[in-house]
Amino acid sequence: MTTLTEPVLETTQPGRRQRASTAARRASAVLLGGLVLFAAVGPLLLADPAAQALDRYLEAPSLTEPLGRDEYGRSVLARLAHATRLSLVLAGLCVATALVVGTAAGILAAWRGSWIDTVLRSVSEVFVAMPALLVVLLVAATADGGVWALYVGIALAQWVEYFRMVRARAAIVLGSPAVEAARLLDLGWWHVVRRHLWPDLRPLLTTLASLGMVTSILAMSTLGFVKVGLKPPRAELGLMVTESFPYYDVAPWLSLAPVAVLFLLTVCFLGLRRTETA
Amino acid sequence: MGVLSSSAGPARIARVLAGRASQAVGVAVLVSGLCFLVVQRLPGDVAYRIAAGRYGYDLVDEEAAAGVREELGLDRPAWQQLLSWLGDLGSLDLGRSLVTHQPVLSEVGYYLTGTLQLAGAALVLAIVIGCTLGTAAALRPGSAVDRLTDLWVALVRALPAFLLGLVLVVVLSVHLKLLPAAGHGGAGAIVLPALTLALGLSGLFARVARDAVVATRQSEHVRFARTKGLSERLVLLRHVARNAAAVLVPYVGVQAVVLVEGVVVVEALFSWQGLGHALVHAVFWRDIPVLQATALVLALLVVAVNTLVDLAGLWLDPRPRQGSRP
Repeated sequence: MTTLTEPVLETTQPGRRQRASTAARRASAVLLGGLVLFAAVGPLLLADPAAQALDRYLEAPSLTEPLGRDEYGRSVLARLAHATRLSLVLAGLCVATALVVGTAAGILAAWRGSWIDTVLRSVSEVFVAMPALLVVLLVAATADGGVWALYVGIALAQWVEYFRMVRARAAIVLGSPAVEAARLLDLGWWHVVRRHLWPDLRPLLTTLASLGMVTSILAMSTLGFVKVGLKPPRAELGLMVTESFPYYDVAPWLSLAPVAVLFLLTVCFLGLRRTETA
Repeated sequence: MGVLSSSAGPARIARVLAGRASQAVGVAVLVSGLCFLVVQRLPGDVAYRIAAGRYGYDLVDEEAAAGVREELGLDRPAWQQLLSWLGDLGSLDLGRSLVTHQPVLSEVGYYLTGTLQLAGAALVLAIVIGCTLGTAAALRPGSAVDRLTDLWVALVRALPAFLLGLVLVVVLSVHLKLLPAAGHGGAGAIVLPALTLALGLSGLFARVARDAVVATRQSEHVRFARTKGLSERLVLLRHVARNAAAVLVPYVGVQAVVLVEGVVVVEALFSWQGLGHALVHAVFWRDIPVLQATALVLALLVVAVNTLVDLAGLWLDPRPRQGSRP
């Protein structure tokens, strides 16, 4: 039922706001595509991000080196490409893990109910009250600057959001007459997931995932910034901001480049969402 | 159930408190367990790290490390350490800092005042900024003020706390030289960190306040108040404010998590003497007792704020509800 009505509803309300929002989403998608391309191709074409040239430290931007060089004479453009790739890949992994775990747990809780639901819900109650950064910080503390700990921490902090939303939504869908009919016809659980749950959950999950990308990227750079995340000399956006800030007076492009990338990534992922959910 | 709970106010309060208390216990066990994992999975020898924190990197040798290991019982098997660990937590004995050798409880008490000052100032500032913007936008939906508020909400959402803080430092301290950039104690020191936190929080408040005020102003009872001949200001104060507040207050609970995350970042950025600052340093020095205590207090702070929010919600909107929470 819901599969039929939802697309119809969407197309019958072409208000001014709606058109503006589709334009904004298209612009974000194009810009994000550019950033992804930069992150994917950049590290292959550009110089080694760790190659130092101490005689060329804090060199101003030029045609061959569009973003100049940092305090060790490393190419800022190359470092930026590697940092962007790291952020996108790690955030994508975290979001994918949290999404799969959270959605599976949510559907399980809504479907089976009883003690499974009770246990999962009380576990989620605890995680809801835990600030994500605290979880990530504690897990990150277990390994010195390890990418692995960062991944586990961020995924662990995020699954609960998917769980709660999916559980609430799936309970409604599973109680609908359509699913009841499917059960009477004995169509199997896979049919219910594919034809009833998935079409209903998909818009919700894409919105949550784009928000999750923002949260992951910002959490990573924040930890790098307070120096408990990834360790130098790895190129990471938050680390690049901290490292370059002392040179803000003489070489502002050093700090502005990673800040601009962070800001653009955030804006793009926020712009991709279907509706404003704050 | 609905009829019962509407007449029995204390019963509902008790239910809220019981739910939050069990949440607090769960949070405490989770934080403590994670901290224990931190200890177990520490890279390198903890004894050396602690000795370095105590005596300085140049003065650490095998003897100093062995002394530390003996003193703290670091050579026992893991399960024994976990049992004594949780037992200590149960009896509220949080131990002494491995670095400064002060009792953790007194250190945490000191840091907690710093954090509460900062968080309180930020929350009040955020609500004032957010509600002012939101109400101004709601009085003329679709106007320039409304659009500017929309832009503000989006901009604040897209800037993480540490970038916002850096922007404020660069603009207000470096270029305009109005405020001190970092530190603790001077009169103006709290302004920048509190402002950084408040701006980040104000976006959601502005958005929620706008929608709540717009919805309340269109309701029947506000139309009746206007028909009665009350002035626009009185309608806003008497009839719109409380109803909009009932919608707004639960979002303070949602924001508590964001606030605590912000506190960690902002305190580290401005070296404000608070729990977040202590937490980051504890991670850096592997000072596990302080790490556990600060993380515990920060997490419990979220539960405490949410408890207050629940109680305030019951007071502001005493209508019967189905179930306790969705």
